[in-house]
Amino acid sequence: MPINKQGKQSKVTNYQLPDEKGHFGPYGGLFVAETLMESIEELNQAYTQYIKDPEFLAELDADLHDYVGRPSPIYHAARLSREIGGAQIYLKREDLNHTGAHKINNTIGQALLAKRMGKTRIIAETGAGQHGVATATVAARLGLECVVYMGAEDIQRQSPNVYRMRLLGATVVPVTSGSQTLKDALNEALRDWVTNIDTTYYIIGTVAGPHPYPAMVRDFQTIIGRESRQQMLQKTGRLPDALVACVGGGSNAIGLFHPFIEDESVSLYGVEAAGLGVETGQHSAPLCAGKPGVLHGNRTYLMADEDGEIIETHSISAGLDYPGVGPEHSWLKDIGRAEYVNIKDDEALAAFHQLTRVEGIIPALESSHAVAYATKLATQMDSEQTILVNLSGRGDKDIFTIAKLEGIEL
Amino acid sequence: MNRLDDCFKALKKVGKKALIPFVTAGDPNADFTLSCMHAMAKSGADIIELGVPFSDPMADGPVIQKASERALKGGMTLRGVIALVKRFRQQDKQTPVVLMGYLNPIEFMGYEAFAASASEAGVDGVLTVDIPPEESAELVAAYEKHGISPVFLLAPTSLPHRIKKVVALAKGYIYYVSLKGVTGTGSFDLDDVANKIEEIKQFTSLPLAVGFGVKNADLAANIAKIGDAVVVGSALIDCITANADDYEQAQAAISSLVNDMRIGMDAVS
Repeated sequence: MPINKQGKQSKVTNYQLPDEKGHFGPYGGLFVAETLMESIEELNQAYTQYIKDPEFLAELDADLHDYVGRPSPIYHAARLSREIGGAQIYLKREDLNHTGAHKINNTIGQALLAKRMGKTRIIAETGAGQHGVATATVAARLGLECVVYMGAEDIQRQSPNVYRMRLLGATVVPVTSGSQTLKDALNEALRDWVTNIDTTYYIIGTVAGPHPYPAMVRDFQTIIGRESRQQMLQKTGRLPDALVACVGGGSNAIGLFHPFIEDESVSLYGVEAAGLGVETGQHSAPLCAGKPGVLHGNRTYLMADEDGEIIETHSISAGLDYPGVGPEHSWLKDIGRAEYVNIKDDEALAAFHQLTRVEGIIPALESSHAVAYATKLATQMDSEQTILVNLSGRGDKDIFTIAKLEGIEL
Repeated sequence: MNRLDDCFKALKKVGKKALIPFVTAGDPNADFTLSCMHAMAKSGADIIELGVPFSDPMADGPVIQKASERALKGGMTLRGVIALVKRFRQQDKQTPVVLMGYLNPIEFMGYEAFAASASEAGVDGVLTVDIPPEESAELVAAYEKHGISPVFLLAPTSLPHRIKKVVALAKGYIYYVSLKGVTGTGSFDLDDVANKIEEIKQFTSLPLAVGFGVKNADLAANIAKIGDAVVVGSALIDCITANADDYEQAQAAISSLVNDMRIGMDAVS
C-alpha cells in the first residue's frame, strides 16, 4: 500500500452523489440569482433526459472515437519509474486527445446538448485556454457562434491558445475586472448568460458551478476513469494502487477518480497548486488551505479572507489558478476518501523537464503538478506497485511561459 | 410590524409609491455613504438599499462592480456595513435599511451571528442575490428569529412555480428585476414589466419593487405607475463616478437625482 500519512483512505460503498438538488453532503447545490434559475432548470431537465437517451449517447461515443481519438492510451513510463525508483508509473494520455487535453470530453458532450436544446450561441470561460480551445473547436464543428471570456492576465501568458481560439472563429473577450484571471472570466460569462439567456448555452469547463454542472461535467469526464480501469486491468492484471491527478476546478481528477471511488484498494490523490508555497499565501490550494464558502453557484472549499472576500490566487499554471474547487472534491476530502496534497511551482517545473527528457512527453504545467507528486509518492512504494497519473494535457501551450521564466527568448 | 411594513402601509394610505435608492456601502468610504444615506432620506427616499461589496459581484454590471472594487479598496467589509447602519440609526430611526449583497461574506460570518448583529444595528431586510429559495431555509430561519425580512428577486423568466417558491419565503417586498441582464445595463419594455407585475400580484400581496435599469426621473415615474416601489442604483453610482474628485458635488448630484425621481413619481401616483 502507498504510505499515507493521514492513514488509510476511507471505504465508500453505494456512492450515488449528488442528491437531486445537487448536494454532495453540505457542498454543491444551486446558488445563483433568480435571473438564472429558469435557464438552469431547463438545462437540468435536458441533461437528465439526454444522459439516458441511447441516441444521444451513441452520437457522443462516435464523436469521442472519431473526432477526439478515444480511447486515449495508457503508457508505462518505464524509464521515469526506473530513474525515480519505486512504484511503476503509468500515464493516462489525455494529452493525445484532439486539442491536447481532457477538456474536449466535456465540451463535445455539452455542445451536443446545446444543439438538442436549440441554442445557437455558445459561451465559455477559460483560464489556461485549454477549455476555451476545446469549446471553440466544437462550436466550429457544429456551426455555433462562440464567445470565450478570458482574464486579461491569462491572455498575456497563454497567447498561443488565444490565437488558436480566434483561428477557430471564436471571439475572445478580455476580462479586466477583479484579478483578471479565471474566476473573473467566470463572473463575466455568468453576466453574459443572464443577458442572452434565450439563445445562449454556457459550457462550464470544470466540475464547479451551480447544479447540474458539477455532476454533468463529471459524467462527461468519467470516460477517463472508465477506460483507465479496463486498460489497467488489461495491462497489469489488476487495479492501480494509486491514482494521481492535478486539481484546479478538478474535472480531470474527478473524471479519473469517480469510477474507482468504491475500490478500497485504490488510493486517490488530488494535487493542488502550492504556487510559491502554501505557507506564503501565494498559492491556489483551497482544499489544503481554504475553508468552505459559496462562490460561482456552489458551496465548496474556497480561498477567501476572514470577511469572505475571495482572495487572489497564484500558480505558475493558469489552469490551476482558481480560488475554488469542484464541490465533489470537497466532499471526498471531508469523508477521507481522497487525499489532497500540493506541489509548488518549482517542483512542477522540475517534473515538466524530467518527463520531457526521460520519456519524450512534454506535459502541460497543470499535469506537471500531478507528475511531480507521483514521483514523490513512487519513492515511498514498492516496485511491484502501480501509480496511474492523469496526464491531462500536453505542454506545447506552456513553452513560451517556461522559456520566459528561464530567460530564453523564442 | 417593522419599519418596512410600516413604510409601505403608510405610503399606501396616501397613495404614494416607494422610492428606494441604492448605493454601495463604503464607496469610496464609510463617512461618505453615511452622509449620502441621510441626504437621500431628506431628498425623498422611503427605503435605503445598501450594497455590501463583494469581490465577485456576478449579477452586477460594470458600474456597481467598480463601486464594489472601490469600497473593498477602502476597507469596507460586511461587519463594516453593519457598523455603518448602526451609525445611521443614531440619527435616523425611521427609514428602513435593506442590505443587498452576495452570500459568501454571510457564510463566513455565520448566519446566526450575521442576523443577530444586523438586527441589533437596525437593519430591516436583507437581499442576498445568489441564494434562491431552495437553499434558503436555514438563512431565513435565522432572519425570522431576529426580525429581519428576507427580500428575494423575481425575474422576467420566473415561471409560476418559481414565483410560488419565492413568495412563500419573502417578506418586506419582492424585488422584480425588470430586464434580462445585470444591474445598470440595457433597457426594458414597460408593457412587459406591467404584465409580469400583474402576474406576480396574483400570487402575493407583498409590495413589488422594480429595479435594474431605472436611469432617470421619467422612467421612475413610469415604473411608479405599475409597481409599488422603484429601485435606482447604477444611476446614483454614476453620480459618484462623475464627481470622483469632489464628494460634496457627488452628494449634491445624488440628492438632486433622488429628488427629481420623487417629484416625478409623486406626480403620477
